[in-house]
Amino acid sequence: MNFEFSDDQKQLRDQARRFLAEKCPPKAVRAVLEGNALYDKALWQGLAEMGFLGVAIPEEFGGTGAGHLELCVIAEEMGRALAPVPFSSTVYLAAEALMLAGSSEQKQKWLPKIASGEAIGTLALFEGTGNPSPQAVKLSAANGVLNGVKKPVADGAIADFAIVAARNGSSGRETDIALYLVDLKAGGVEAKTLANLDPSRNQAELHFKDCKAEPLGAANEGWSILSRVLDRAAVLMAFEQVGGADRALEMGRDYALDRIAFGRPIGSFQAVKHMLADMYVSATLARSNCYYGAWALSTNAGELPEAAATARISATQAFQHCAKNNIQVHGGMGFTWEFDCHLYYRRSNALALGLGSLSYWEDQLIDRMRKKNAA
Amino acid sequence: MNFDDTPQEAAFRAEAKAWIAANAPKQYEDELRKSSLGRLVLSGANVLDVAKAWQKKKADAGWACLHWPKEYGGRGSSPIERVIWQQEEGEFGKLSRVFIIGHGMCGPTMMAYASEEQKRHYLPPLASGENIWCQLFSEPAGGSDVAGLRTRAERDGDDWIVNGQKIWTSGAHYSDYGILITRTDPTVPKHKGLTMFFLDMKSKGVEIKPIKQANGQSEFNEVYFTDVRIPDSQRLGKVDDGWNVSLTTLMNERMSIGASVATGFPELFDYCSNLMLDDGLAIDDRAVRAKLANWAVRASGLKYTAFRSISALSRGERPGPENSIGKLVAGSMIQEVATYALDLQGAAGVVSDPAQAEIEGKFQAMLLRSPATRVEGGTDEILRNIIAERVLGLPGDIRVDKDVPFNKIPTKGRG
Ligand SMILES: Cc1cc2nc3c(=O)[nH]c(=O)nc-3n(C[C@H](O)[C@H](O)[C@H](O)COP(=O)(O)OP(=O)(O)OC[C@H]3O[C@@H](n4cnc5c(N)ncnc54)[C@H](O)[C@@H]3O)c2cc1C
Repeated sequence: MNFEFSDDQKQLRDQARRFLAEKCPPKAVRAVLEGNALYDKALWQGLAEMGFLGVAIPEEFGGTGAGHLELCVIAEEMGRALAPVPFSSTVYLAAEALMLAGSSEQKQKWLPKIASGEAIGTLALFEGTGNPSPQAVKLSAANGVLNGVKKPVADGAIADFAIVAARNGSSGRETDIALYLVDLKAGGVEAKTLANLDPSRNQAELHFKDCKAEPLGAANEGWSILSRVLDRAAVLMAFEQVGGADRALEMGRDYALDRIAFGRPIGSFQAVKHMLADMYVSATLARSNCYYGAWALSTNAGELPEAAATARISATQAFQHCAKNNIQVHGGMGFTWEFDCHLYYRRSNALALGLGSLSYWEDQLIDRMRKKNAA
Repeated sequence: MNFDDTPQEAAFRAEAKAWIAANAPKQYEDELRKSSLGRLVLSGANVLDVAKAWQKKKADAGWACLHWPKEYGGRGSSPIERVIWQQEEGEFGKLSRVFIIGHGMCGPTMMAYASEEQKRHYLPPLASGENIWCQLFSEPAGGSDVAGLRTRAERDGDDWIVNGQKIWTSGAHYSDYGILITRTDPTVPKHKGLTMFFLDMKSKGVEIKPIKQANGQSEFNEVYFTDVRIPDSQRLGKVDDGWNVSLTTLMNERMSIGASVATGFPELFDYCSNLMLDDGLAIDDRAVRAKLANWAVRASGLKYTAFRSISALSRGERPGPENSIGKLVAGSMIQEVATYALDLQGAAGVVSDPAQAEIEGKFQAMLLRSPATRVEGGTDEILRNIIAERVLGLPGDIRVDKDVPFNKIPTKGRG
């Protein structure tokens, strides 16, 4: 058994961590948070130059072709650094959808641009309150023309193209849902930024009005493709969450060592020690579940749906747990704008909702475990 | 990243599998599968006899204490082979419960500190289960604070004379030998005046009194020592260095990471998959599903954390204090799981009679045994301290007694 990342992958992690420490300090996250830009363009270009945007994209489409384990490693570092760039939308969702279901022309057109940082992509799925479900997709597709509203769409106001879930049938079955690829710069779509929990990442509302769109994948397979894309993204997002959880834990630990109260470091009070120990436990369980997800993702294992839901739930819980208790460890300082604790708190809660909420994934997990047991 | 065996590991697994298939006591497999924390009943047989017979059979064929050297009754296997064995032994591994302390703690301590002759004499029958060993550490005065122990050993020529009391000694009533930590110098701070021995539990002056536990069973005991003579040759480590010897014992405990701690989750999942509630199967109920999912990811997290540790082992790394999380997570989880399983049964959950209760009272037995898991072998609080201090690097607790001579430490909390 070798349930670990390889030495090369660990080296890649160190490289990514060094790169992000330099190019993405908290100051850079704040610049986007405070509204100076919708995302960090220089960082995005830097990530492209490092080859990080295309690690899982095959060489023939302009990527480095390294693979999904490498992408997991980078995702974790992006989460640690709270990178204020459209990485998850572009790389976990749009690129994965293209690789799973795109025609060779579509791949040829968009994947190289993703790898080079020229194109930002996203997935337009949600239409207001609710979790991923075929019934919730109302936006209509008729004769290659889309009409309707998607919100929230992560990075919707900065994306160049979107994969859009649309309804093109009325049988009431999930085969009514099809996926479309839309060039957002070609007209027919209006984007409006939405104030959101974590302004270091963009959230938008997209209005599609007689918008021209090309199909992505077979018309009646939209939902099944989408489910697979969400599973793959769930694993990658979980790595981002674990990266964030680890960093929040470290911040709490460091503060507990430095802050003195009652004549001793607060980290010597058991209430604080045990709170940090519990954060470590959450983060460790989540990391182990993420490795399980990484294995399933990189080998296309039949267990991927179960592994993805497991990693997603565990990592969501861990990041939320670590981020909120990091504030608690910091006391009043933790509740200031100036300290970085709230950046992690915001991100942990935003990521918890982005691909469907915790309760949605809990439900999914039990379904999938039952299927496996029945089989 | 993969879960695959190397060709060598695969060959070992195949050999183990074949041997187990041909030799395991199959007639008990079903009952073992149904057993759980707090309940192990084999109809028409004494569990201890069955356990000893299985252990002996394994030892005769070279499958006992795999990671021990051959000359001491083991197989000289790698840590990873030991894990593979445990995976293959499956349900039959539940029969090893009575040997866990001897094999996991006493044996390794003997291996580190006993003479060569003693090792060759005592270890093979320990490995084969012919002798059972117990661990005489905890006392009324100290469990977490085991260094606060008061049992005295005083030198008398070539012997030591031991007086005092141990408590919570698992299996003392059926043990042949034990490792015993005593105080040899009460005038120095508590960690500095301790000495370790091993002794024959049939020695004159040893009196064993079973303790009736909260769940009604009697697994642990009080052990009284009245002028018990132990030859100096049975001392383990230097005089007054017993604390360091005990640390070796505890560190070795961590090597047994392959043996996973029960969480109760697989049992609960099965139960909910079959249980009919008023409006359908329990597992179709949203509230039930949310609970199950939370426990599912914890159980899975433990499983894959263990896999990471196994991978580290196979790279030759030593397991560290981070392995404390297994029991910490599983202990409170099995208690929550059992509580919830009874909640699903409504008022009938109160019935524990195996003839009447749901799945033969499995969850009732689990509920009543579960508090002990959070105490034995290091309480939840001590495990959190270990993680906080040794993994996260936070300061140790303030110890008011660290530099005080042992005989000057206060012994009462109030008044
Ligand atoms: C089923 C079972 C089997 C056992 N088998 C054996 C055996 O075979 N051999 C053996 O030697 N012992 C055995 N024990 C004893 C076990 O190791 C001790 O019970 C355990 O270490 C706790 O010690 P204690 O009972 O003295 O409780 P205490 O140490 O008095 O603890 C009481 C409470 O105080 C808390 N506490 C104590 N110190 C601290 C601290 N520093 N910080 C925070 N909280 C603290 C504890 O967490 C606990 O909640 C067994 C116990 C059980 C339940």
